[in-house]
Amino acid sequence: MFDVLVIGAGHAGCEAAAAAARRGARVGLLTFRPEDAGQMSCNPSIGGVGKGHLVRELDVFDGLMARAADRSAIHRRMLNRSKGPAVWGPRVQADRKLYRTAVGQLLRENRVEIVIAEALSLVIRNGAVVGVETSEGALPCGAVVIATGTFLDARMFIGEQVIEGGRRGERASFALAEQVRQIGLGQGRLKTGTPPRLDARTVDWAGLEEQPSDLGDWAMSALDDGVRLPQLRCAITRTSARTHEIIRANFDRSPLFAGAIEGRGPRYCPSIEDKVKRFADRDGHQIFLEPEGLDDLLVYPNGISTSLPADVQQDFVRSIAGLERVDIVRPGYAVEYEFVDPRRLGGTLEVRDLRGLFLAGQINGTTGYEEAAAQGLAAGLNAAARALDLPEVRFDRRTSYIGVMIDDLTLQGVSEPYRMMTARAEYRLSLRADNATTRLGSAALAANCVSDRRRRQIESHFECRTSAGWADSEEGRADALYEPYVQRQQREWDAVQRDARVWIPTDLDYASIPGLSNEMVERLEAVRPETLDQAARVHGVTPAALSALYVAASRRAAA
Amino acid sequence: MVDSLLAALGTLDGLRLAEPGEFTRRAFENGRIDLTEAEGLADLIEAETESQRKAALALAEGGLRKQIEQWQERVLDLSARAERAIDYADEGGPESDPELSSDCAELESELKGWLARPRIEPLKDGVRVVVAGPPNAGKSSLLNAIAGQERAIVTDLPGTTRDHIEVPLSLRGVPIVLTDTAGLRHALDQVEAIGVARSAALIEAADVVVWLGEADAAPAHPRLIKVHSKADLPERAVGPKGSIAVSAVSGQGLTLLLARIAAQATSVLPAEDALALNRRQAGHIEEAAKSLAGAASVTDLVLVAEELRLARSALDRLTGGAGVEDVLDALFSRFCLGK
Repeated sequence: MFDVLVIGAGHAGCEAAAAAARRGARVGLLTFRPEDAGQMSCNPSIGGVGKGHLVRELDVFDGLMARAADRSAIHRRMLNRSKGPAVWGPRVQADRKLYRTAVGQLLRENRVEIVIAEALSLVIRNGAVVGVETSEGALPCGAVVIATGTFLDARMFIGEQVIEGGRRGERASFALAEQVRQIGLGQGRLKTGTPPRLDARTVDWAGLEEQPSDLGDWAMSALDDGVRLPQLRCAITRTSARTHEIIRANFDRSPLFAGAIEGRGPRYCPSIEDKVKRFADRDGHQIFLEPEGLDDLLVYPNGISTSLPADVQQDFVRSIAGLERVDIVRPGYAVEYEFVDPRRLGGTLEVRDLRGLFLAGQINGTTGYEEAAAQGLAAGLNAAARALDLPEVRFDRRTSYIGVMIDDLTLQGVSEPYRMMTARAEYRLSLRADNATTRLGSAALAANCVSDRRRRQIESHFECRTSAGWADSEEGRADALYEPYVQRQQREWDAVQRDARVWIPTDLDYASIPGLSNEMVERLEAVRPETLDQAARVHGVTPAALSALYVAASRRAAA
Repeated sequence: MVDSLLAALGTLDGLRLAEPGEFTRRAFENGRIDLTEAEGLADLIEAETESQRKAALALAEGGLRKQIEQWQERVLDLSARAERAIDYADEGGPESDPELSSDCAELESELKGWLARPRIEPLKDGVRVVVAGPPNAGKSSLLNAIAGQERAIVTDLPGTTRDHIEVPLSLRGVPIVLTDTAGLRHALDQVEAIGVARSAALIEAADVVVWLGEADAAPAHPRLIKVHSKADLPERAVGPKGSIAVSAVSGQGLTLLLARIAAQATSVLPAEDALALNRRQAGHIEEAAKSLAGAASVTDLVLVAEELRLARSALDRLTGGAGVEDVLDALFSRFCLGK
């Protein structure tokens, strides 16, 4: 019998499975195709501003993503180097195949068992999940993590063509989607997209601006596995007025504008047709041409995700400098999928009213590998806690981007795919990519989820902080730089802490609280905040409602 | 007194005015009107004079709210620009925004302009006119003469625990509170030292100071009226230049003095149709202005963004308002970002 079953072997699923296993759980990872574990289905890069912070945080808990990225990096850039260290964003481009290989290896090292099967339904008994019905039979377990990404009742769009499935050439999970809806978790549909893949041999590289890899020797992970791959160059080009003309002339053939797609797409990662429509005055949009691997002939043109018909894609791509004779190997497409309302989850990513069921990744309305992986870590650690009766692991807004994300998701919900940005973190000055070990090292050790090698690294980092040379280290200098601001934030934090100590009873009947308007009852009911501090951050909740809530909670506590 | 104490405390690190309802958590209204409007309504209830009523109405009608919303909008825009350069350095966002710091400075000076305007408190509570001078200069006699001539709304009698007397008056339609520091003079030495300090604090917090001592011993104050008192005595019949010769006994010079006090008092009142800030609002706006000044002076964009976040939250505390989502809305509606 498995302690924890994880459905889906994407970035969330792999991290969840490995994290649960590191806490001592026997873990089964369910997937249609084992060779797809750790597949980068969209852009071949890991990290960035905000996202790189998440990867470094994952790494402290011995997560897979940072080490897999280091083992497959073929281009590195520290974004925002000209700005303050709080927002430096480590980003690597990874060789797609090597990345998958690295994730596969790490899963084996973590003793995760791969189960090739389709999850058909959850077995629920007495309000708790006790197993998964699969295409290969029933599997009992102590906790389940659903990490099905975009595969829940997914549809792909290429122009007028609609294909059922979550990713090119792959199936979707319809049976499970139906049950998720029955449980009442279904929230709505979201949309995301991907650009066409180009044949590297048909790109005119000579005429394009180059973007070389950083010279500096930094890595994603604090543990160096010693892999140094040759570094490739990227190139930069732009769309032209002609490109926009072609796209504009074909608006009516875009499923986005024809109304075929109902799901809302991310504003920060718009399709090229969206960009052309919404920002009509712009004469060009930047495109990064990113090689997908050392021995891979595919190029990922970052910046032109599209769901226009294949023939239009061909036309507009060839109107771009350097791509005049390019061949499209696979057309871009949009994918629309079902997501759940993450406000139904608690801070451990467990569904509030269904014990033992955890959700992680894109199913919760997020976008991006890093966001998915970070949720996978939280869900995996806590699924193991549920199955083996270990202490919960909660992440805090003040000490991690993982905490910011989980808090945002479970409190505010999502109306568009959620992407991590440093602007979301009010304690941004303290949450740097360079001090993840300092921030989370103790929590990782306490969670008892790290290898001996990691434990030594964390302990030696703490020792380093007390040494004489610390002030001259990169992290020490950044600490000093932000010290006055961080102190000021400490006062803000003290006020939050005061409210965070006021717990709101889980069975509180909001409608019975005197002085609470119907609107406030509805808003609070949808979220069911755990503390007064969380209630204060629920969108639209007024100070008057808060005080009424405070009185009600205190009265209950006194009774 | 309260004001000067608050002003002194406010300069100490870590101290600020409590938010309304911070202790009681009994908050303003249920989202239909915001804090500035609620305050306008409260003032309306207390309003006694015509100009008070108008100021209260202007506030209640949301004129200030509109102004604050406009500032919030501008700070949001500045925030969005900073965040764009931070989170989208690699995705079509600019590496830097050269005009950002001058735009922050521009908004700061606008807020400062508002802070320099007359406040609502003199209108609401009366203009504080302090009669000061050495013992036996005739302060009490003068106060009695003024109070006798003008209609006293309420009269506070000096009690054993009081160290000064306050007389609220309506002086030619202008609400004033006349304060006499008279009770200090008979105090014991030790207490007198405290009394002197208090009287200095009263003068500092005063809107208008009426000085009865030697002209060259007058305290520094922007609205100082020098009085040559006891002008009915033969040896004091003529006062120095720049002083008004007044006799509380004969009434000489009293009309001129009252006209001067009324004129000075009017200058600290908001114009009848103008919006005016109260102490709480001014406090938050001052905080926002300080953060904007910070944003204009630092070079690290992360710190610019941090100062703007503080400015935003200071303005938000005026109305109860925006969060991160609003910044992101501003960001994505104005700029084309993302790969």
